[in-house]
Amino acid sequence: MGDFTTQELMAILAMQGFAGLSLFSVLLLMALGLAIIYGQMRVINMAHGEFMVIGAYATYLFSTFITAQMPGMLDYYLILAIPFAFLAAFVVGWIVEFLLIRHLYHRPLDTLLATWGLALIMQQAFRSGFGAREVSVRLPDWLQGSYRPTMMIDIPINGLAIMVLTILVTAGVAWLLYKSRWGLRVRCTTTNREMAGAVGINTRNVDRLTFALGCGIAGIAGAAFTTISSTGPTSGSLYIVDTFLVVVFGGAGSLLGTVASAFTIAQGQSILDFFIGGSMGKVITLLIVVAILMIRPEGLFASKVRR
Amino acid sequence: MNGYLDFLGGRNGLVGLLVLAALILLVFPLTMGVDQLSLAGRFLSFGFVAAGLVLCWGYGGILSLGQGIFFGIGGYCIAMFLKLEASTPEATAIQTTPGIPDFMDWNRITELPWFWEPFNSLTLTLIAIIVLPALFAYVIGIAMFKRRVSGVYFAIITQALVVILTILLVAQQGYTGGANGITDLRTLKGWDINTDEAMVTLYFVTAFLLLGVILFGKWLLHTKFGRILIAMRDREDRVRFSGYDVANFKAFVFCVAAVFSAIGGAMFTLQEGFMSPTLIGIIPSIEFVIFAAVGGRLSLIGAVYGAMAIGFARIAFAEAYPELWLFLMGAVFIVVVLFLPYGLAGLYEKYAPKVRAFLPSRTARAATSRESTEVRS
Repeated sequence: MGDFTTQELMAILAMQGFAGLSLFSVLLLMALGLAIIYGQMRVINMAHGEFMVIGAYATYLFSTFITAQMPGMLDYYLILAIPFAFLAAFVVGWIVEFLLIRHLYHRPLDTLLATWGLALIMQQAFRSGFGAREVSVRLPDWLQGSYRPTMMIDIPINGLAIMVLTILVTAGVAWLLYKSRWGLRVRCTTTNREMAGAVGINTRNVDRLTFALGCGIAGIAGAAFTTISSTGPTSGSLYIVDTFLVVVFGGAGSLLGTVASAFTIAQGQSILDFFIGGSMGKVITLLIVVAILMIRPEGLFASKVRR
Repeated sequence: MNGYLDFLGGRNGLVGLLVLAALILLVFPLTMGVDQLSLAGRFLSFGFVAAGLVLCWGYGGILSLGQGIFFGIGGYCIAMFLKLEASTPEATAIQTTPGIPDFMDWNRITELPWFWEPFNSLTLTLIAIIVLPALFAYVIGIAMFKRRVSGVYFAIITQALVVILTILLVAQQGYTGGANGITDLRTLKGWDINTDEAMVTLYFVTAFLLLGVILFGKWLLHTKFGRILIAMRDREDRVRFSGYDVANFKAFVFCVAAVFSAIGGAMFTLQEGFMSPTLIGIIPSIEFVIFAAVGGRLSLIGAVYGAMAIGFARIAFAEAYPELWLFLMGAVFIVVVLFLPYGLAGLYEKYAPKVRAFLPSRTARAATSRESTEVRS
């Protein structure tokens, strides 16, 4: 580090920190869905990355459609593409829950294997449907370019945009969980499934809706993902292990924990990336996370639920 | 049946074991060419990992998605020994630093790193193949089980460890051979491992070792430890309240599974001729679990059939219909979990008695039991 002046170091930290924020956004959007699913049903969805890819391909299809049919709309289509991506992943999630997941609620380890199989099938379906090559969407002009507060700092606009999206989605999930009727039912079911059933909550419906919603949020993550990177059939699997770590590191069932752990992991990776290289940075971040989990298995913010 | 052999599981267990032995020691070598036999040998190497998973997942209830780590430790240990043997100063005279493995020279490393030194000796290498995975598994196991980490958490953390290990292996290419792994392995103590005779010999060594490992596993399950293992899986609290140190027992079975995997890894490397990070990553690690699941998570012998069934199916399908193969593989995961929780072995145990009841004569009965003994614990 000795070769840099303080000013340069600050600029590097700011830019790497910002690059970390983009990673943070994708990780958080992925982890939010996984966390509410895991928190409520103790189900680990190995195919979560593929739901993200569904969202990404939905955005891609939407963008191709707009480019071909309504080129005038190109500047605004992303705003419509996001709900579309959400809906696509939501519907697939709903079907998957109905056909597969609901039969496995008592066997969490088996769900892990079955959803891995699902992930394989989905990846191959993407490959057959969209080809093995990565696709990318056409970004509207206002998303390209960058914002330069000082001479040395250079922040891409699309990164800022997905930050805003992430904040909105996180706030939305928090509102849903803590203020809406659905959230009340979810929190009831998480705390005590039998009692929730006894007071008249249809826990099966709550489960299905929660699973579909979690997948839908992954779809939004996919829409955000297309603005910073191109999408291939296996893009989702690249993030899945990190996302799991985010969820368990944050402490399952805690929204605040998920945000904090996504932030820590993304920033750790991004800052170490600059100083010791991408792979070693990732190794060290993951090792630290695993070491902390060994000492404190309940994660950063354990939810205080009586079991 | 005399008392010493009770652990084989009575008459049925003995027949199952003999059928497996006959299949891999007689039928395969007599009916297959060298190439196919050597393929079968590689699938048998996966059988070690699957058998380990039967103990630790099927009986112990600990699902590890990180068996690739131990497979890799075994494989890399033996690969390091063979690589050093291949890198004599004469053979590597064109390098800047003769006498070190070629990939180190390419990465401008000028002397052998300290952790490569022990692998000059075959004895130390063989010890390392057993001791290193056991030690590593013990450290992970004790750290996690003492804090009562189990189930899904354990699976995720072992998977994260696999990711860490593979990234590390690729990143430190000067010390590990990077993404290509350790390649160009030729001789073991002067014995060329790439000839046809060597392939056949290695196949038999693998087959005998595998039978040995299965016998050991069966014996282990028959001891008091085996009982505690099942009790822990089903009612962990009760075992703990009865005064047993649950964490230690779990760590022990995790170590046994790790050592099995490492032996498999070493035998695999000898037959494949190289070891690389792609052979031990997330995907192979989870495939080991599906081998055990397909064979039957409660059947040591079934695990071997599971590994072979998927291995040969992959050869048959993946080349002709690569697209179909992934769909099929995905479907296998889902179908086994949903409909066949005890795999082929479970299927056999459920239907074999019914089939037998229909058969009139004793000879016909013997014939079918031979055909359908694919799986049996």
